[in-house]
Amino acid sequence: MRITQGAFSFLPDLTDEQIRAQVDYCLDKGWAVSLEHTDDIHPRNTYWEMFGQPMFDLKDAAGAMAELAACRATFPARYIRVNAFDASRGWEAVRLSFIVNRPKDEPGLRLRRTEAEGRVQRYSIEPYATTMPEGRRYQ
Amino acid sequence: MNDLTQLIGLAPVKARIAQVTALLAVDSARRDLGLAGTPPGLHMSFTGNPGTGKTTVALEMAGILHRLGYSRKGHLVSVTRDDLVGQYIGHTAPKTREVLKRAMGGVLFIDEAYYLYRPENERDYGQEAIEILLQVMENQREDLVVILAGYKDRMDRFFESNPGLSSRIAHHIDFPDYSGEELSRIADLMLDRMGYTFDEGARVAFGRYIERRATQPHFANARSVRNALDRARLRHASRVFPKLAGADRDLLVTLRAEDILASRVFDDDSAGGPDA
Repeated sequence: MRITQGAFSFLPDLTDEQIRAQVDYCLDKGWAVSLEHTDDIHPRNTYWEMFGQPMFDLKDAAGAMAELAACRATFPARYIRVNAFDASRGWEAVRLSFIVNRPKDEPGLRLRRTEAEGRVQRYSIEPYATTMPEGRRYQ
Repeated sequence: MNDLTQLIGLAPVKARIAQVTALLAVDSARRDLGLAGTPPGLHMSFTGNPGTGKTTVALEMAGILHRLGYSRKGHLVSVTRDDLVGQYIGHTAPKTREVLKRAMGGVLFIDEAYYLYRPENERDYGQEAIEILLQVMENQREDLVVILAGYKDRMDRFFESNPGLSSRIAHHIDFPDYSGEELSRIADLMLDRMGYTFDEGARVAFGRYIERRATQPHFANARSVRNALDRARLRHASRVFPKLAGADRDLLVTLRAEDILASRVFDDDSAGGPDA
């Protein structure tokens, strides 16, 4: 099951050329680009692991693309996303976030039904991959 | 910002840069027609004494490369050894990469580049920075232009001990010292930008000032001129201050000979301290 989180996730995977164009757009807007990765794709897992520091003072996408190449080399089988943070007053928030790398095999999320008091159904979801310990989830 | 042609003096530098510009323009015209050819090397070294306009020309160069389409953003990142070399093992590589990332799409200007290499200390981390730099200069030529700058003799020695670096630099440009006459014209230009003028006496005095200052140690060409003018403004201000009420425009903009002549450069017994 294809994970859809962040922008562009219902589109086919972005090519490097398209990623570069998106990053250039973010830099033109003055947003700071950063990379994050995870192997726990639960939708409530908001904070992914940072890869390096946010790239403030970046002028051109080439720097971010080099960093992305390094991140993919280190974590080829993890989800990697690009975040663009707008530091201007009033926003101070991530303005754009999109996935740029995903594992080849995505087992997706399991829906758990729990019987609660008075035959009430409680639902929860859980990535199948998280049954394995961290670091061994996607091979 | 000035155009390159508006810079005073520097005739050999302008000639070299005109050559480079012509080469790049021809090259991009050739590429438009689909004529094959490897893109020309763009890394440069600027050598010359302090205050001869290396940084200014580097800024101009960034603009030229941007206009000709050889640099995507055309910004200049100016760094020295401290920005590239770390203080302990494993600190240098991330620091250098960080700077390189920032400079991508523009020009990286490394001032006093010879400090990167310290032959007297074989464990110096500068070597590591040089190696990363070399890698990027070679592999990401379309992303980054590197300009190394520094004194002529020390840069020559630096290149001798780092032949790999020297061979990757296509253009070695030497910046000559300014003549006295050029420095006077530079002074006029600077004064004009500051909104001051010399009266006749001051002009003569400043000519003499430059003559004397040039023979003293730590003379830094245009930078010394700027410093001298700044100090002349100080003296002018303290001369004018008591008469400030009812001062007319003339009094406020005119530097007189006495503002220049009070400089320590004219003391014969002075040992000639830096930028006195």
